[in-house]
Amino acid sequence: MIIDPSQSAVGQFLAPVIGDPAESGFYGRFVTSFTLALLFVLNLVVISLLPAFRYQVIVVWIELVLLFLTFFYSFDLSFAFIRSKIGFMITQGIFTTLYVSAISIAIAFVIAIMGAVAKLSSNGFAFAIASFYTSFFRGLPLLMQVYLIYLGFPQLGFVIDAVPAGIIALSLCYGAYMTEIFRAGIESIDEGQWEGSRALGFKFGLTMRKIILPQSIPLIIPPTGNQFIAMLKDSSLVSVIGVWELMFLARTLGNKTFNHMEMLITAALLYWMMTMVLELIQSRIERKYRKKQKR
Amino acid sequence: MADKDQNPASPIISIRGMNKFFGEFQALTDIDLDVAIGERIVICGPSGSGKSTLIRCINRLEAHNSGSIHVDGVELHQHMRDIDIVRSQVGMVFQNFNLFPHMTVLENCTAGPMWVRKVPASEAHELAMKYLNRVNIPEQANKFPTQLSGGQQQRVAIARALCMNPKVMLFDEPTSALDPEMVAEVLDTMIDLAESGMTMICVTHEMGFAKQVADRVIFMDEGKIVETNEPIAFFENPQSERTKKFLAQVLVH
Repeated sequence: MIIDPSQSAVGQFLAPVIGDPAESGFYGRFVTSFTLALLFVLNLVVISLLPAFRYQVIVVWIELVLLFLTFFYSFDLSFAFIRSKIGFMITQGIFTTLYVSAISIAIAFVIAIMGAVAKLSSNGFAFAIASFYTSFFRGLPLLMQVYLIYLGFPQLGFVIDAVPAGIIALSLCYGAYMTEIFRAGIESIDEGQWEGSRALGFKFGLTMRKIILPQSIPLIIPPTGNQFIAMLKDSSLVSVIGVWELMFLARTLGNKTFNHMEMLITAALLYWMMTMVLELIQSRIERKYRKKQKR
Repeated sequence: MADKDQNPASPIISIRGMNKFFGEFQALTDIDLDVAIGERIVICGPSGSGKSTLIRCINRLEAHNSGSIHVDGVELHQHMRDIDIVRSQVGMVFQNFNLFPHMTVLENCTAGPMWVRKVPASEAHELAMKYLNRVNIPEQANKFPTQLSGGQQQRVAIARALCMNPKVMLFDEPTSALDPEMVAEVLDTMIDLAESGMTMICVTHEMGFAKQVADRVIFMDEGKIVETNEPIAFFENPQSERTKKFLAQVLVH
């Protein structure tokens, strides 16, 4: 027997009908399966009767969240332990995750502008450096970059702390990806803008700063927001070099008392909530820039 | 066919034996052209005849491959460092306006003088308003280009070019992208400019404009200058077969 539905919580609930679930045999399994199927179909029917698309979505979301919570609840978690640690996970873990990501995305933004300009320039030297950079950092796993920078710099003679090493790795890696986003943003500006500028006697740098970038930044900001959300999760990789961010705490706090699951689930929910908030902000930003485009 | 009757002392633009290739394709063949100060030239010809390429070579938006181009005594060549200076003295008006959409009409006009000529803001502002008045849209100064009609945008583009006090104005099919009812306002602006004595080279299919203001009409086909003449002679007594055929097609309406 791979799955015995009568052993589930639903089986417990049906005990008045089927008797002791463990003893109920085929009859118990049949009744519980049937009840589950019935509930599922009934649920579908009820939802399809809801008047608006919006309500349907909300109800399904609530149901899924409840199922999720039941799933976590079934682990028999120690909530007292979670309560005792969650403050530290927020003040130390979330705080570190956020500031490491924020600093990294800011540096990556600057790297990406320079990289994109270099990739579009007719200067062979600049193009070679930029394309080598993007090829290397897009071609290696981020985890490998984190190790290489943390363990490689001391070989060159200067020891580097875990936090700066993590920030360097994240900004170099994301700078490489964002270089391509920025290049596409810059290239999407009509060739006529370059010609109009050139005809007025503007040099390359002036045209870039005053004409091309101001028009491409609104195109670049929304995907950069996406990159930030992705980075927030990828920043968990710097936990391997001992940065006390959320993932590091999730792995270590429960070790002593074998409360691994408590910490992992708490951290998972914290990550999820952070990205939900950020996605909300992201959609605001996107709407704002779309309006601006229409002007 | 150099124009021997031009005053050789004062051509502002002088092109000799110029060739231009796009890869294997020869876009311009053996172009000779002198333009005197104050002269108004209209270039016409079928599409693909190289007329746009020719005027784009004059401010080096396209680089020519051989022969020579002198603008106000300065030769255009590959290694020149001050091409931007030449460009700032040659105004250009494009088919698609190429205004800067993130800047107001006024900012479009002040950008050149302030950033290239380092003119103080107040002076650039005055200059811009002077030329916006001249093209009859001072009241649109604080709007963004996309809020204006095509004809208004093209007049802003003309004002923007004039703000650099250019010695020559190049027009690359300035009315081709406009709705028919807006062509007249742009042509009026150009006629007004011509009457003020500006040196102009216009690529256009507006034959009425050519008749009214041109000193010379140049007909191009397949990258060559086929015929050059004064407008009356050009329209009434075209010399080559290709010119006759072209005029028959253009003047039909």
